[in-house]
Amino acid sequence: MSIEVGHITKTFGTFRALDDVSLTVPTGQLVALLGPSGSGKTTLLRVIAGLEQADAGSGSIHFHDEDMATRPVRHRHVGFVFQHYALFRHMSVFDNVAFGLRVRPRRTRPSRQVISEKVHQLLRLVQLDGLADRYPSQLSGGQRQRVALARALAVEPKVLLLDEPFGALDAKVRKELRTWLRRLHDELHVTSVFVTHDQDEALEVADQVVVMSEGRIEQVGTPDEVFHHPQTEFVMKFLGDVNAFHCRVDSGTVQFGSLELPFPEQRQQIDGDARVFIRPYDVTIDTKTNGLPAVTAEILRVHSAGPVVRVELRTANGQSLIAELSQERFGTMDLQVGKSVFVRPRHIRVFTSS
Amino acid sequence: MAGTVVLRQPIATDRRLAATTEPWLLRWLLTGVAMAFLALFLAVPLIAVFVQAFERGVTAYFAAFAEADALAAIRLTLLAAAIAVPCNLVFGLCAAWAIAKFDFIGKNVLITLIDLPFAVSPVISGVVYVLLFGLQGWFGPWLIAHNIQIIFAVPGIVLATMFVTFPFVARELIPLMQAQGSEEEEAALLLGAGGLRMFWHVTLPNVKWGLLYGVILCNARAMGEFGAVSVVSGHIRGKTNTLPLHVEILYNEYNFAAAFAVASLLAMLALLTLCLKTLVEWRSHRAMHEARLLKAPREAES
Repeated sequence: MSIEVGHITKTFGTFRALDDVSLTVPTGQLVALLGPSGSGKTTLLRVIAGLEQADAGSGSIHFHDEDMATRPVRHRHVGFVFQHYALFRHMSVFDNVAFGLRVRPRRTRPSRQVISEKVHQLLRLVQLDGLADRYPSQLSGGQRQRVALARALAVEPKVLLLDEPFGALDAKVRKELRTWLRRLHDELHVTSVFVTHDQDEALEVADQVVVMSEGRIEQVGTPDEVFHHPQTEFVMKFLGDVNAFHCRVDSGTVQFGSLELPFPEQRQQIDGDARVFIRPYDVTIDTKTNGLPAVTAEILRVHSAGPVVRVELRTANGQSLIAELSQERFGTMDLQVGKSVFVRPRHIRVFTSS
Repeated sequence: MAGTVVLRQPIATDRRLAATTEPWLLRWLLTGVAMAFLALFLAVPLIAVFVQAFERGVTAYFAAFAEADALAAIRLTLLAAAIAVPCNLVFGLCAAWAIAKFDFIGKNVLITLIDLPFAVSPVISGVVYVLLFGLQGWFGPWLIAHNIQIIFAVPGIVLATMFVTFPFVARELIPLMQAQGSEEEEAALLLGAGGLRMFWHVTLPNVKWGLLYGVILCNARAMGEFGAVSVVSGHIRGKTNTLPLHVEILYNEYNFAAAFAVASLLAMLALLTLCLKTLVEWRSHRAMHEARLLKAPREAES
């Protein structure tokens, strides 16, 4: 079941949460809505679910050619998982999961026996079968979220929507749960959209990443596409650390200190003011010159505790720059604070102000 | 390492205690003053009510209730509470629901209006009803023309009781519902539940202890209200006398034993209310606590 959203605008008072947003989620995919807080990602999810109404006269929502825009929440058949779980606090785990089946109209409601089997099957799926009689307050955060997921899946939803599902969990549980969610999705293949502000989570779990900012979609693509080929400055800055500089573009090259750097893959090459972005891992440090063009820089700080070594530098023309290199390479060089080194960007991205 | 920490712990707590608490003499003095005050102003009067009530013996005590006027007063008090409390339960639930779950124009006005009965003297609320429904009141001529009597009759007493006990349920539910938020209701709708089912299976069970707490307080006030009811009642014995008004009449007639016997009934109601209140308070505070825990489980677990 695909989701097609067309030209959705949503305002709260004077604040425009969504600004003419269109998006297609293909059948069976797991899509991440990624953006900072206030970017409209949760609002978009809630509009799809029907918990928020898009502004009058704006937009359309279709689940596989079926018009959903005017359909009330309870008839949309979406599974929804909240950041804070929203489990029914006075019901046991079993009753929580069974709720969606028990509220069905009598003629489509399964028998007691069938409900019980289905609930236990779902609890096995989320690895909580022994805890059916517990109450939400007796569970850990990770367990609660898995109950919430089982409850959402019980009604066999057409689409599954997850609002920052791991946002309230601590780092270790979050990592476990997201790999688990990916495996679960590969088993079930239900079209899923999840909201996150954590780029690692989005890049690791999703088939497609939708990067959002200020109520608009900045870029849609596979994790590789958005990470390696960001189309806007925002995407470049949001997905990972960057060094950013102002510069001038002159006949297809940018001036970086004493270096002239070509940028072949750029779409339009307009001469004028521009901004250069360099990922820290795209900066090479050499202790002596090897003939390749490079600028000199002074080492300000070295952080070597971690999988990669981060080096803070200041170039000869006063710009600060961060470089990352492997522990292995760091070991072969004698990098110390105050030392002068040669710095060379291997890969740059330029965004002209147009 | 662990050993030293354990060894140091008691010393550290002692030091902290010494630094933040008062000398024992002052502590005992303050506690003693508070206890003496409680005894003098609360316990002694309570005991006095029962001592006075039984002054003429057990038979006289029960004779005070057997009297027709006393029975009528008990009946009227129960009737007023039986109408006012359910009405305010429904109203309180609706108002709390609207205030806690929705944003609308005039919300602050509504919150202020709910508190109005707490802010004005009950006598004034009684007088307002006389002004509206009395013989010379705004609606007086119309009511007379249609042969409806409100003031100096049972409807007036019920209305006055409702007005005075108006805020209890709503006041209790608003903070609880605000703390719980509306995500559980949203989840119920998403799972296919209708509005009514959502209310019965999700909303109501979540607030039941807070609701009960509000109802208990509301009921206690409804049965004990004096000022507002006194103004609209007209003190017709056997007809428009509630229990508190009956106590006053008996007292003014120097029939102290009977007055205190009836008063002891109200005192017992108060004691029962206190017991129930304590029990329910414990449960409703737990509901509030749980609402916070479920919102922020990480802080709660650590």
